[in-house]
Amino acid sequence: MTPLENEITAVKKELVNMWILVQSQLNKAREAMVQFDKDLAREVLVKEKRVNSFELKIDRDCENIFALHCPVAIDLRFLLAALKINTNLERIGDIASSIAKYVVDSAVNFDAAAMESTSMLRMFDEAINILTDARTAFEMEDTVLARSIFKRDDVLDVINDNASNTVAEVIKANISSMTEALYILSIIRKLERVGDQSKNIAEEIIFYVEAKILKHYASSQADSADEE
Amino acid sequence: MENTIVKAENYNSYFGDNHVVKDVNISINKNEVIAVMGPSGCGKTTFLRGINRMHELIPGATSKGKILLDGQNVYDMNAIYVRAKIGMVFQRPNPFPNLSIYENVVAGYLLNGIKVSKADKDVIVERSLTSAALWKEVKDSLHKKGTFLSGGQQQRLCIARAIAMQPELILFDEPTSALDPISTSSVEQLFHELKANYTLIIVTHNMQQAARVSDRTAFFYMGELVEFDDTKQMFTNPADQRTQNYITGRFS
Repeated sequence: MTPLENEITAVKKELVNMWILVQSQLNKAREAMVQFDKDLAREVLVKEKRVNSFELKIDRDCENIFALHCPVAIDLRFLLAALKINTNLERIGDIASSIAKYVVDSAVNFDAAAMESTSMLRMFDEAINILTDARTAFEMEDTVLARSIFKRDDVLDVINDNASNTVAEVIKANISSMTEALYILSIIRKLERVGDQSKNIAEEIIFYVEAKILKHYASSQADSADEE
Repeated sequence: MENTIVKAENYNSYFGDNHVVKDVNISINKNEVIAVMGPSGCGKTTFLRGINRMHELIPGATSKGKILLDGQNVYDMNAIYVRAKIGMVFQRPNPFPNLSIYENVVAGYLLNGIKVSKADKDVIVERSLTSAALWKEVKDSLHKKGTFLSGGQQQRLCIARAIAMQPELILFDEPTSALDPISTSSVEQLFHELKANYTLIIVTHNMQQAARVSDRTAFFYMGELVEFDDTKQMFTNPADQRTQNYITGRFS
């Protein structure tokens, strides 16, 4: 392998490690919420610093490669994609951390029926699955899998669109649970952002592997964008 | 195409039985800067020297196919005329050591026996040195030997010498490979300025230079023109795997 290939392989490895950590953060935030486990939530808050460290290191490594190796073609596209994936992963890390903070701040546990009726847990699971599949697509350079993420993000969008009504129903049924219901609404909004960020990541994977730019295409158009 | 200045049609070059440039078809527009790159021995310099018929000066060297300059096959023209219309600058600055800066610039006229008045020569020298971004540096020492100049200045003097003949096209064979980074930078800057009046074809081993200075890039491999495209496209998403392997340093 050339020195540049070695550097790029190292960045890829770092990104995958960051990805695994961010997935773990989301999983733990979910678990902390369901179990109302404040210690686990605090662990997520502490580990957020590690996510930030990953982001800084990957940024710096990419900057060094640009300066020292003048990458072109697929190497250039990989590094441009890596920078954006890095930013999106860090933001997902922030979301996991802010959900964990709700658990730490909340006086009472989240009502299981409310989490069920608002489809929040289903949304959580789907968001984590999408993020996991995005990682697989990145590692395997699988653009078919990356493209499948566009449609799956629509599921999260539907739950998010209905959230105002479903949360209102929860509040109407039990006015005393208003604070927790608003936390749930806020979490749903954040999970919708996880879907968007995973979609951004999928776009970057396709850019890196196929040199195609799908940014700003609606998901329904993304599949046919190849012909343009 | 009306804007085409030089076009190769099924152009082939040989050294004896060795087929070094194979069936090249390429069309170059006026006022374009073209970079030609490829690994050593790929035929890029041989192709360049075929454009102004320098190739045939080597014993045993032959060529087949056409090089059209403004629609006319250069192989049907007088070779001296072709070399006047198509200037060339080489890897090492090669001013004539026994001639002054002034005489170096008008050497093309002197050596070809073209009579030019002193007044016209003065105009040619000033115009050519100005175009080569050298006038300000040498205007007070025009009668010193060209070899007193620095490497970068000597190369710009050679460019001025090529410009003096008012060519349509200038060929550069690795023009900065013997220069330091500062001189390289000044020659590269000059390419941008020359583009307004001339078409430039530059053979270079320096891929970053190709990316910096050219509008379009041609990639040669084993005598074939593998890819010819916009430089931005070539360096972000080359169409051919061999081009990608070369520019990313994965060539085995």
